[in-house]
Amino acid sequence: MLEIKDVYKSYGDVPILKGVSFTMEKTETKVIIGPSGTGKSTLLRCINQLSPPDKGQVWLNGEEITNPKSNINKMREKIGFVFQDFNLFNHLTALRNVSIGLEKVKKIEKDAAHKRAIQELTRVGLEEQVDQFPAQLSGGQKQRVGIARALAMDPDIILFDEPTSALDPELIGDVLDVMKSLCGKVAMLIVTHEMGFARNVADEIIFMEGGVIVEQGSPKEMFTNAKMARTREFLGRIGALYGEEGGG
Amino acid sequence: MTSFDILVKSLPNLMDGLKATLGLTAFGILFGTILGICLAVGRSYGKRPLPSLIIVYEKVLRGIPLLILLFLLYFGLNQIGIRLDPFPAAIVGLGLRSAAYQAQIYRGSIDSIPEGQITAAYSLGMSRIKAIRYVILPQILRLSIPGWSNEFTILLKDTSLAFSIGVIELMRQGRYIQVLAPDLILVVYILIALIYFILVFSINKIMRFVELKYQMAGYQVEAHR
Repeated sequence: MLEIKDVYKSYGDVPILKGVSFTMEKTETKVIIGPSGTGKSTLLRCINQLSPPDKGQVWLNGEEITNPKSNINKMREKIGFVFQDFNLFNHLTALRNVSIGLEKVKKIEKDAAHKRAIQELTRVGLEEQVDQFPAQLSGGQKQRVGIARALAMDPDIILFDEPTSALDPELIGDVLDVMKSLCGKVAMLIVTHEMGFARNVADEIIFMEGGVIVEQGSPKEMFTNAKMARTREFLGRIGALYGEEGGG
Repeated sequence: MTSFDILVKSLPNLMDGLKATLGLTAFGILFGTILGICLAVGRSYGKRPLPSLIIVYEKVLRGIPLLILLFLLYFGLNQIGIRLDPFPAAIVGLGLRSAAYQAQIYRGSIDSIPEGQITAAYSLGMSRIKAIRYVILPQILRLSIPGWSNEFTILLKDTSLAFSIGVIELMRQGRYIQVLAPDLILVVYILIALIYFILVFSINKIMRFVELKYQMAGYQVEAHR
């Protein structure tokens, strides 16, 4: 469903991504881990062209997103994005944050969009907060609105860019629970430091460093039997730091 | 007729003057707002040399007294063959100057909107135009309300200068009454001051209501002076 082929990206003279390739099928959950600054977030932004790659291709459902001729806005409707800093629309209520994409991008009629928005917000546990503004919500609630906003568009895949990194530890759990509930229902590509989550929930873990994929495999393989020494080192260190169960 | 009778008979004239004052204010603020938004957007998003030209414009228009600007537009242009009637000349002068101040307000608002807002809009599949229309512009307008309403009342008071180029607004009507009833000068001008005061006070109250209604909880414009 999603194919990343040999993606390269530099910011100015600094190469960030140096040839990254992998694929994802529908409803798979893959987690990207690795030290900061190794291009994990950049990779996500290359996928939905917020930051177009310098070289390489991204294919979604047989259509090439990276082709300058393709309608990027149409393709972005199929790719949800959940940001580390939430990026909720400040002038809109939670409800409208979720419904605006439906109304203005998918051209769904207002009442239907509203109903769907309430449905998604209820799904993430925020039925009481539908009329509140982002500034009135806690970080965990904001992120759940962000997830609802992405879900409402019925994407083929949702990209999560360190969704819990900006949250207080006690709020992380709620967000991770929502993400867990989505497993198997929608494809998710998650960049995170939450090792417990990665271990328990991912179908595959991708370890990136220095702009390339060092190793990838099932959680079992990666945590107990990684082939590369660097992988073992990273998982050992981080696992000890964040705890086996992470913030979940 | 006593001076007092003259004053009473002149009240309709004062009301005409008030109408002219309001007209100047309305057209002036409209012109200033539209031009101000263009200047702000042009300076933030325009291609060279547009931003530099706009900076020069803003500096000049903020650097000379409104009175001089009005004289330049009315008397000055007249000398080189461009004849403007007093009323339009006043509107142009008020508008050009207001735009220079309003541009700062809108730029401050534009800068206060985090970049993530437009990124999130794009991630939903919005085009640039949709993102600006549904996400950026509504926020710019809301953030600009306090600055704009301040500018509105400043412009209202500045319309009083238009009397100097012959516009028959409130001040000039006051002058006429002064000539007819010189022993009532104090009363006349206190009355006119009161009219301005009531206008400004009412507008402030209304704009405060609008501001509270539309404010985005937790967001204020960063000061830009």
